[in-house]
Amino acid sequence: MANIDNLKDICAQVRRDIVRMVHAPQSGHPGGSLGCTEFFVALYFDIMKHNPQNFTMDGKGEDLFFLSNGHISPVWYSVLARSGYFPVSELSTFRMINTRLQGHPTTHEGLPGVRVASGSLGQGLSVALGAAQAKKLNNDNSIVYSLHGDGEIQEGQIWEAAMYAAAKKVDNIISTIDYNGQQIDGSTDHVLPMGDMAAKWVAFGWNVLHMDGNNIEEVIATFNHAKTLTGKGQPIMIIMKTGMGKGVDFMEGSHKWHGIAPNDEQLKAALEQLQSTQADY
Amino acid sequence: MQYTSSGDKDTRSGFGEGLLELGRNNPNVVALCADLTGSLKMDAFEKEFPERFFQIGIAEANMMGIAAGMTIGGKIPFTGTFANFSTGRVYDQIRQSIAYSGKNVKICASHAGLTLGEDGATHQILEDLGMMRMLPGMTVINPCDFNQTKAATIAIAKHNGPVYLRFGRPKVANFTTPNQPFEIGKAITFIEGTDVSIFATGHLVWKALQAAEILKEKGISAEVINIHTIKPLDEEAIVKSVAKTRCVVSAEEHQRNGGLGDAIAQVLAMKMPAPQEFVAVNDSFGESGTPEQLLTKYGLDTADVVAAAERAIARK
Repeated sequence: MANIDNLKDICAQVRRDIVRMVHAPQSGHPGGSLGCTEFFVALYFDIMKHNPQNFTMDGKGEDLFFLSNGHISPVWYSVLARSGYFPVSELSTFRMINTRLQGHPTTHEGLPGVRVASGSLGQGLSVALGAAQAKKLNNDNSIVYSLHGDGEIQEGQIWEAAMYAAAKKVDNIISTIDYNGQQIDGSTDHVLPMGDMAAKWVAFGWNVLHMDGNNIEEVIATFNHAKTLTGKGQPIMIIMKTGMGKGVDFMEGSHKWHGIAPNDEQLKAALEQLQSTQADY
Repeated sequence: MQYTSSGDKDTRSGFGEGLLELGRNNPNVVALCADLTGSLKMDAFEKEFPERFFQIGIAEANMMGIAAGMTIGGKIPFTGTFANFSTGRVYDQIRQSIAYSGKNVKICASHAGLTLGEDGATHQILEDLGMMRMLPGMTVINPCDFNQTKAATIAIAKHNGPVYLRFGRPKVANFTTPNQPFEIGKAITFIEGTDVSIFATGHLVWKALQAAEILKEKGISAEVINIHTIKPLDEEAIVKSVAKTRCVVSAEEHQRNGGLGDAIAQVLAMKMPAPQEFVAVNDSFGESGTPEQLLTKYGLDTADVVAAAERAIARK
């Protein structure tokens, strides 16, 4: 297991990357990205068996990750770069012309680490299930991970996939919902209250776990527990409480930072709260 | 190419036979179906390769996503459902998870067009070729009979990239040769002629061949070319034929907007402008009826091809 202090340092650096990445083009989604920082750092620096130096589309023998809520690309790109998929310096090209770091993730420009385009919501769980079933056909006992927004769960395709996964006993998948309670037009309770999220997944036949997504020790412990539950005939869903905008006080807890960039002054204020632990790109 | 009808067979059965043969020859071929296994003739594959057959249920969006995911790991997924549910219902899933993502998924679509018949307009998609050919990187194929559908099914497994394969429900003349080679993007000339070029796809190819015989009796020499691949289009074959005949008829079981005729007109406008007549549905939905009644009512019958050829020639 990785050193927790080291992982926390990486989280601080990733948060710096996120606010700087969205500041430069004055475009992007900092809120959800900041909230999911511990999740990504735990996955890529501790939990997943993967090979950043030699990325292959098929990822045979590797754990795979699919980001279904593609708009939180800043956090994913930062973690991919800092775990070795591509040069950290490339983070400066986010959302700019000719970049591989498109606004929403894509395979189209050949960015290592990305295996399917996402952005139009609700599609990633189906793709992850297909990859998981292909692993079974290939006798590859690695695990497929996926992340979804809580607002994204309003898409009907998610529930098609939810029903399928349990019915077909796709038990080599660990999915997570970023349960931050916010979406573009306001709180999820304001836009479309989703009732008892855990009960819905249980009713669809999933094994449901909970974790505080901003407590990295808990994230790691929950993932390690989830791994022990794979291969038992049930898909696994982790409902992960996070704070949107976590780590930057004026962005925390508000849907207003879902998809806007900080100005120069706000960038400065944000960076003062985020320690540089590795070199800035 | 030689042609003679060996009797009536449905194109979807050609797909079913092709898929079964692929299953036997390529262990990476997997099949997914959204509760239409019998209609798509996928039951033989399911029976012989149950571990490679995935019953998705009535959830086409999920099916497209699962198919995209299965390519990661080297599988070659063939999805099967009606053409309407293979395209319009899941356009965004195909666009993002398959086409934009460059996934090697074969979208196999039955019951396309008016000849679905009695089920009516809800199921008679006439816009699918247009939707699919607009997607960058998508190969779009509409074979004309049982034998060609079987050959196309086998051929697309060897092509690395997304493919839309469209076929139909009714039994129609099976007139191309069995076990024919199928080359994606290569037009097939059935009849050589000098007065008019008739470019046809799908079920309309047989109508075009019948029309050519009637035209011949009228002293008109029609060239009949089967465009089974709408994208990539065999521009060379089209331009070469029109250079000779100087007028065009396009024939398809699809809307005028977005279909084969549109694709041909675009090529000719840029490379060899010529009078063109369209045998296609003209901005209308279909309705219930027998396939033959519908083809007649909506202007897609042999007589309509003949009339279109005469109009095209008159405009030279």
